[in-house]
Amino acid sequence: MTTTQDRPAVAKEIGQERRRKEDQRLITGRTRWTDNIVLPGMLHMAMVRSPFAHAKITSIDKSAAEASPNVVSVLTGADLGESQGVLINAWAITTDQVTPTHLPCPIDKVSFAGEIVAVVVARTQAEARDAAELVDVEYEELPAALDLKKSANDEVLAHPDLGTNKSAFWKFDSLEAGTGSSIDEAIEKARTDGVVIEREYRQQRLIPAFMEPRSTVVDPTGEQITMWSATQVPHILRFALAATTGVSESKIRVIAPDVGGGFGGKLQTTPEEWLTFAIANRLGKPVKFTETRSESLMVAHHGRDQWQKLTLAADKEGNVLGLKVDLLADLGAYVSLVGGGVPVLGAFMFNAIYKFPAYQFNCQTVLTNKTWTDAYRGAGRPEATFGIERMMSELAAELDMDPLELREKNWIKHEEFPFTTVAGLEYDTGNYEAATALAREMFGYDDLRAEQKRRRDAGDKVQLGIGISTFTEMCGLAPSRVLGQLNYGAGGWEHASVRMLATGKVEVVTGASAHGQGHETAFSQIVADRLGVAFDDVEVLHGDTQIAHKGLDTYGSRSLVVGGEALVKAADKVVEKAKPVAAHLLEASVDDIEFEGGRFTVRGTDQGLAIGEIAAAMFSAHDYPEGMEPSLDSEATFDPVNFNYPHGTHLCAMEVDTETGAVKMRKYVCVDDIGTVINPLIVSGQIHGGLVQGIAQALWEEAVYDDAGTLVSGSFVDYLLPTAADTMNYEIDHTSTPSITNTLGTKGVGEAGTIASTPAVVNAVVDAVRHLGVNDIQMPCTPERVWKAVNGVGAGGEASTEGAAAAHFDPATGMEGTTDRTTGGTQA
Amino acid sequence: MIPAPFEYLAPTTVEDALAALAEHGEDAKILGGGQSLLPVLRMRLNAPEMVIDLGKIESIRGIRDDGDAIVIGAMTTHAAVGSDPLVAEHAALVSRAVDHLADAQIRHRGTFGGALAHADPAGDLGAPALALGAQFVIAGPGGTRTVAADDFFIDLFETAIGEDEILTEVRIPKHTGWGAHYEKFVRVAHQWPIVAVAAAVRVEGGVIAEARVGLTNMGNTPLRARSVEEALVGVQATEDAVREAAGKAADGTNPPSDLNGQASYRKHLATVLTRRAVVTAAGG
Repeated sequence: MTTTQDRPAVAKEIGQERRRKEDQRLITGRTRWTDNIVLPGMLHMAMVRSPFAHAKITSIDKSAAEASPNVVSVLTGADLGESQGVLINAWAITTDQVTPTHLPCPIDKVSFAGEIVAVVVARTQAEARDAAELVDVEYEELPAALDLKKSANDEVLAHPDLGTNKSAFWKFDSLEAGTGSSIDEAIEKARTDGVVIEREYRQQRLIPAFMEPRSTVVDPTGEQITMWSATQVPHILRFALAATTGVSESKIRVIAPDVGGGFGGKLQTTPEEWLTFAIANRLGKPVKFTETRSESLMVAHHGRDQWQKLTLAADKEGNVLGLKVDLLADLGAYVSLVGGGVPVLGAFMFNAIYKFPAYQFNCQTVLTNKTWTDAYRGAGRPEATFGIERMMSELAAELDMDPLELREKNWIKHEEFPFTTVAGLEYDTGNYEAATALAREMFGYDDLRAEQKRRRDAGDKVQLGIGISTFTEMCGLAPSRVLGQLNYGAGGWEHASVRMLATGKVEVVTGASAHGQGHETAFSQIVADRLGVAFDDVEVLHGDTQIAHKGLDTYGSRSLVVGGEALVKAADKVVEKAKPVAAHLLEASVDDIEFEGGRFTVRGTDQGLAIGEIAAAMFSAHDYPEGMEPSLDSEATFDPVNFNYPHGTHLCAMEVDTETGAVKMRKYVCVDDIGTVINPLIVSGQIHGGLVQGIAQALWEEAVYDDAGTLVSGSFVDYLLPTAADTMNYEIDHTSTPSITNTLGTKGVGEAGTIASTPAVVNAVVDAVRHLGVNDIQMPCTPERVWKAVNGVGAGGEASTEGAAAAHFDPATGMEGTTDRTTGGTQA
Repeated sequence: MIPAPFEYLAPTTVEDALAALAEHGEDAKILGGGQSLLPVLRMRLNAPEMVIDLGKIESIRGIRDDGDAIVIGAMTTHAAVGSDPLVAEHAALVSRAVDHLADAQIRHRGTFGGALAHADPAGDLGAPALALGAQFVIAGPGGTRTVAADDFFIDLFETAIGEDEILTEVRIPKHTGWGAHYEKFVRVAHQWPIVAVAAAVRVEGGVIAEARVGLTNMGNTPLRARSVEEALVGVQATEDAVREAAGKAADGTNPPSDLNGQASYRKHLATVLTRRAVVTAAGG
């Protein structure tokens, strides 16, 4: 513990399993979701969307829609012209990145199925939707760039005017960077007298599938234009609106009211937001747009979608010599806010916790005619962690070593921290041995290995596999100077202020923007300890640019480690301001004033004042020190010098039914080192939820397009989101090596479970059937893929599922019976 | 999403419902529990002008013992069927299928008759109804008629119910003392079965005396695996003995290919699941 010196001696709240103060209203829904906001005279929008992945718009006939009841306006891209603004990419990963212009409503061409071609505005949502069906758009279909690998070869162009689908090529080489040796020599050496593992892995496309669909309300009737949006990034949204519409930033107020989840899916600036803004301004009336679930699945940005070619070189004793990564990353139709940068975040993580002497990362981002991709829980790090953790298990299998022993042989030892990696990051703290030892014990590793052997020897129909993931990640986005070096379009600081109210209550304002994480509870706990006030006396305010005027919002597991530290610094300033006041009122020297447990006392006496009393005294301001302003309120902006690096050991046991390919989780244990834990209950929730999302990538979720570029998995019938019924009791625990990049000693936890769990599960499934000749099963590991791999049919490759939706709600096949009464089946 | 506008009627008698159906003809849709129709309307895959809700017709709700059959009113919810002691005793296969049908919310809103009339081949009730030889009582302008299960399911989402008719009740012949099991194969709990097998067997002295096997999602309609049934007669109720008969489960089937599996994989699954269903039914 190296970071305790700044902490107050009495820490009552930090570490408490406080139930979340925000849950009552969030869980009951009796709160301010954006779609609950109703303004006088408010109009409603519905979108007309392209059914084609790539087409010219040849004509749009609006007349029938315009004549529909209570329709106020029907607008096309041509009607809106420059007034609609443009959507920005804030992270060009190279200076020569090819970035297509991204209009919210394109004028003459659509570039993915679901793109907006016209907007209907009506007095009710139902009337807008009815009229949207009456807009008659004629298209001339164009060949669509759909398959990632083919698109990387420019066989069909997603944007013919750009002349290429290749957006940017980003490279890191340890020899060039001076952080390591030559990868080519490492691989060459291993080919001669060691082992080289070469694999290609698919990171399937995923849909964030947040609980609350996106919604935007814009009220242009005040002096400021107010936008409510279900967003993770109100501050970035305001900046981007101002930057692209010509409206002064000071004339825009953005409010993210209660927001129902994001997982990165609301880390975006969207066409729908831009159109609501433009059309509300054009009509001079409040306007609302709320997407349907179908729209959300189709056009809210997707995540992942990579091919990873990996080459791992090692000697015969299992010491790693080098890692080479060749990535293809599917951007979709546009380079979204930070979409191009997501795979680059993985560049620093493929080497993970291991001491690679040589490393090379090559990433080609590719434009296609599909929904654009961007951050999804973990953003770049799950992809990297999957790649390296699968490869380490493959190397162990190749060398017939225990996969835990192989990892231990290569990982950074706890006494070696701080450690500068081959990717150039300095890991501050960690103890992989401790986390692994605890996980191993909780899991009953040796017993399960013995059972696995028994089942193999007996030829059981149900085989057992054990999967390992010893992960780390970089989070707490982030050091502004580092982001600058990566050509990222913003900094990574966070802002907080503390307001001491006359009644002794405390208002805390944070620039982080919670959307389900529990900031209001955790931040209250921090402030309660820091100022020695009651937990219930702290109110956390956020998500409104008029209240939290400065901030960089919530993503990348940054809120606590960056925003929480800003809060600590602001609270400490309050204490420093209060000290001379206390001295003045107690008629003592400032040097004799001590602060503990919310009271300022004069050293060596029993004289003292509570911080609330000083706040009240400053409110009345009848008697305070000369030369001082009558306020205790303080603010702080914190910019960390480094990311922080949570890590953990995840162990998973899977049962595989070799007759059907069905997989069943038997046991899941994880020990995460996230440094100091503020609220163990919130942490458990983050870990459990994160695990389920990572497990879902391994087993269930995949966004699939057909040959025409239509999203086949366009509803929850075909996009298999797990429910509580599909989960089990995950056994979680923690070791703690506090971070030294913030004074609380915290590390990010929001993405850890998702990053770590996917490879643990797939490693377990492969381990269960490796003795049957299987060394890979493509994600999601469907029963069919597993069965085919076991039976040597297609080795679980991509060809093993049809690009077709189930028939239940498919208009092409399924609904004849319901649409046509003469064929019967009418009673549903 | 919001459905397209429609008119709504909630008659209290079958006669009034039939009259409304006669009046509105093909512009009308019948609403049972709404668990399939409402999503269809909300996704705007269908836009009927009239929705006739059967929810207020008490005469077609409930379960009764009618001598050699258990009679289930079309508007009885799945939850009511699943918790009914008569069904459990005399038509255990139906109880087993309902236990895992969709999720708890759907089981409390969805109706037995509505699901069968919707005739989704992946629905959980068709195979048990077919296996147990259910009879479908259908009311029309000319009175009621009864259709055997073998004649009820015609094609994808298509049944013998005419456009001016309403399914009022389902009669399930008693299979008292039979063992039953519904083997359902899913990836996540709430999805339609990729394949499921409904099996009921009568075992005498460790030997299968009679067997009924129905298949879910193995074609455009629920299917009855008669060749399996025949092959099971006289077979020991053990896994090895049942294996050969179960191997015929995919004969003559035409299952779909979709994101959950190709037809060939479903055919393989059908044989494995049939074996497991029969063995479990025989043992239980």
